[in-house]
Amino acid sequence: MLDPGAAGERSGHWLQQVSGVRNAGGAHLILNACEGAEELSYGIRLKVSGDYGLFTRPEMKVERVTYDVITPSAARGILEAIHWKPAIRWIVDAIHVLEPIRFQSIRRNEVGHKAPAGKIRSAMKRGDLAGLGQLVDEDRQQRASTVLVNPAYVIEAHFEMTGKAGPDDNEGKHLDIFNRRAARGQCFHQPCLGTREFAARFELLDPASPLPAAIEDSRDLGFMLFDIDHGARGSPSMFFRARMENGVVRVPHPASAEVRR
Amino acid sequence: MTAIANRYDFALVFEVVNGNPNGDPDAGNLPRLDPETNNGLVTDVSLKRKIRNYVELAREGVDGFHIYVQEGAILNEKHREAYKALRPDDAKAAKDPKLNPRDDAEAKELTAFMCRNFFDVRTFGAVMSTGINAGQVKGPVQLGFARSVEPIWPLEISITRMAATNEAEKKKSAERDDGDGRSDNRTMGRKHIVPYGLYVAHGFISAKFAQRTGFSQSDLDLLFEALTTMFEHDRSAARGEMATRKLVVFKHENELGNAPAHTLFERVRIGRNIDGEFREIDSRLDNQPPARSFADYVVEIDRDNLPAGVEIIELL
Repeated sequence: MLDPGAAGERSGHWLQQVSGVRNAGGAHLILNACEGAEELSYGIRLKVSGDYGLFTRPEMKVERVTYDVITPSAARGILEAIHWKPAIRWIVDAIHVLEPIRFQSIRRNEVGHKAPAGKIRSAMKRGDLAGLGQLVDEDRQQRASTVLVNPAYVIEAHFEMTGKAGPDDNEGKHLDIFNRRAARGQCFHQPCLGTREFAARFELLDPASPLPAAIEDSRDLGFMLFDIDHGARGSPSMFFRARMENGVVRVPHPASAEVRR
Repeated sequence: MTAIANRYDFALVFEVVNGNPNGDPDAGNLPRLDPETNNGLVTDVSLKRKIRNYVELAREGVDGFHIYVQEGAILNEKHREAYKALRPDDAKAAKDPKLNPRDDAEAKELTAFMCRNFFDVRTFGAVMSTGINAGQVKGPVQLGFARSVEPIWPLEISITRMAATNEAEKKKSAERDDGDGRSDNRTMGRKHIVPYGLYVAHGFISAKFAQRTGFSQSDLDLLFEALTTMFEHDRSAARGEMATRKLVVFKHENELGNAPAHTLFERVRIGRNIDGEFREIDSRLDNQPPARSFADYVVEIDRDNLPAGVEIIELL
């Protein structure tokens, strides 16, 4: 069964008060009133790549069409696959596109329906599994996906502490855990590029060394999914106007006015 | 059942001889191709289907090993239904609620019930329509696309059938009849085959997700059993001869893993066997005859300087 959209784990509410907002890699313009000094030590740079990527556009979900570039939401999911606790929240600052943007189409047989909760409930009550199975050949949909070929990115991100942080949670600790895991290739589950069949390779980049060169390409990516606000009622989607400048997409802070709800 | 406590990454090497491992619905059921490199592809869902089918055969009717996403009907269910009248679903369920289940506790219960009873939900996960923000179970096992190690050249084989589908077709071919009486009811068909292809798929097993779904050591053994023997039970006119040739499992000492997965997969090197020598696959092989059997390939596993805490298990 295909997993529609690969949302990461739930993070806390975007707009809740955070303590000590820091803005890593603040050399670029962020149009919000984030206070706090510029401290690179809390930022990380992760190189991710794979054979294919599929960052589904929400307006084209049936015959899936990918965005040109990884969304901040998917990038956050990748970071959370390596390390996440309710005490922290990952904020993606920038995405560097390292490979030319190319597409391919793949058509697959998929299952048309999800597992109905009502049926499961009644099976539980009956204590019998009869009629619970899904017959795939009677419930088949052939759908094409337009996927990215050989995507490779550098994700620049930092994290902020959330209201759930306890007394023994501090930035240094979580940063160490993340860096240690990412450097060793450890992860909670193998991160993926949009959907789980497209596994992501990841490697931590040394903050001292220069970044790999991004592609020489600038384009307006239009309105792009920023993230899904799992903390609010009904989990609304948030969007932002994405622009790629010489291969780099700057991502606004979630609290900034650039992020539309 | 305790969940597994190690992360695993595995590389599955399988071959196809004169068959179509996975047709492309966009290309008239031609074997799937990467249009840029001509490498053959087999989708993740195709491999998962075979794993499900194998488990359905190997553990038929065993509690806890039912398959949720079935292909065709299960005889077992039929037997049971014969002497057990199905109670109708309760009215509330029929209305398909558009909101979350009553509370998180109930959603958890539903998920746990599904994981306990169905092997494929426990292994691959499932999406449950519990209304808004559907409860998703992410399974521990993640499979990528399989890709052939060399470009493949699918052949189109035309075949004939000595019968017509209907009267109209019979009339049409009778008009063309050349008088020998044999071509009367013949129809032409088409088959696509890959003469030979060696494919590699990469898979990942997360111990952390296994804890959430209760994926246990015996489930893992069953999964590996399925990966090694699933093609033996998937024979059909289209498939030709398919077989698992190698299953290399990287077992990490802890649940988060001890090394990046891609560096481990690079240890499984596949080259062409040219006069008994290992040769990298590149354009210089173009003068060599094409590979037509597994003996034309060499699979090398680099066991030197393994990262601490990683163990290579060659299951096949």
